Amino acid sequence: MTTKLTNAQIAWRAAQDIEDGAYVNLGIGFPEMVAKFQPSGRQAIFHTENGILNFGEAPPAGEEDWDLINAGKKAVTLKPGASFFHHADSFAMVRGGHLDVAILGAYEVAETGDLANWSTGPKGVPAVGGAMDLVHGARRVAVITDHVTKDGRPKLVKKCSLPLTGVGCVTRVYTSLAVIDIAASRFVLREKFPAIGLDELQELTGAELVVEGTIADLNVPEL
Amino acid sequence: MDKTVAGVADAVAGIKDSMTVMIGGFGGAGAPIELIHALIDRFRATGSPKSLTVVNNNAGNGRIGIAAMIDHGMVAKMVCSFPRSSDPRAFTQKYLAGEIELELVPQGTLAERIRAGGAGIPAFYTPTTYGTDLAKGKPVAEFEGRNYVQERWLKADVALIKAELADRHGNLTYRKAARNFSPLMVAAARLTVVQVAQIVAPGAIDPEHVATPGIFVDRIVEIADAVQEEALIRAGIEYA
Repeated sequence: MTTKLTNAQIAWRAAQDIEDGAYVNLGIGFPEMVAKFQPSGRQAIFHTENGILNFGEAPPAGEEDWDLINAGKKAVTLKPGASFFHHADSFAMVRGGHLDVAILGAYEVAETGDLANWSTGPKGVPAVGGAMDLVHGARRVAVITDHVTKDGRPKLVKKCSLPLTGVGCVTRVYTSLAVIDIAASRFVLREKFPAIGLDELQELTGAELVVEGTIADLNVPEL
Repeated sequence: MDKTVAGVADAVAGIKDSMTVMIGGFGGAGAPIELIHALIDRFRATGSPKSLTVVNNNAGNGRIGIAAMIDHGMVAKMVCSFPRSSDPRAFTQKYLAGEIELELVPQGTLAERIRAGGAGIPAFYTPTTYGTDLAKGKPVAEFEGRNYVQERWLKADVALIKAELADRHGNLTYRKAARNFSPLMVAAARLTVVQVAQIVAPGAIDPEHVATPGIFVDRIVEIADAVQEEALIRAGIEYA
């Protein structure tokens, strides 16, 4: 029996909340998958911080244009109505409150909305990219993540132990087990993977899960 | 008015030890490989320029371009947002050996600091980094109930830029996402050197389509068949 959502299913669930016509930035890696699962009839416009609005899927192998890439340096294509712009304009879109949604990955999310997703500590070469900019400015900052770390520790915590990306910035978390809003410095449980009990879910969560009203089933198609 | 120069060696003439050099490009898009390699050629021949501070979004990839500058020991410090490209071994080796300094700047703040440098604005406030390790030691102020961190302008002695078209006045267009930091860097450097795919007659670029006005540009060199960094890396080419 399936015990939790796959990454694709988490991305699918996050995609259902993106409105038609929304301007959206997806973080590098796992969040990029969200673009694949736009509900039919809706078209979001995707922003990449290296200067493109309304880019599309990767081109077929061999047809890449390496001047046409996304923030992860992967080759992309353009949709009709695309535009190019320089980095100051790009981050004016980010920090000036013009993006509707930013979806990012996470190492840890705190019940206060603090996010840690750029550094696992002082070892190695630090790199931050656009993450610290993206968490400020988008009207909704959502995280998609497994509910726990690879060794089973909670990723949803009272207080982040890793270096912060931003303070009080995350408003919704889509995990492999639940959909959780962050409101008034609390995790408010909205949807729960049907096969897991509330007590078990709470044990896998590093801070209190608040229940307000009905908890819906987190139902996602096989992907 | 004619800002064209004959070749890449003339284009990068006068770049001296310990200068700050802004280099356009995000990944391979917009990386002025021919200008960078001309600078490396001069270093090989003369031992200069060295001890450079290089400003770029990344810190080089593979063994070409900025990575080759680092390999040659020309770079004392990188100012960048993301020094982990797909193949960042040149920077990583020097960094872990303590042979290169890193100033890590969030990408939007990096862009805005360069923009401010070019616009004559010494400092600005941004929400980015508030409450994080990267805000340590920086002034914080509250505006409309929210906290912001003060950041300072970033200026350079030289900018090395890749564009698509230029006229001899220095009016520029860019190609696709190869634009990125370049329109900001051209204004933030005292000397701006641009390699372009084609030099056209004044008037041939519609004024409505000029992305960088020529006032920001000092030298233009035509490289008709410029290489693309990402294509070189995928072909396994090194400039060692």
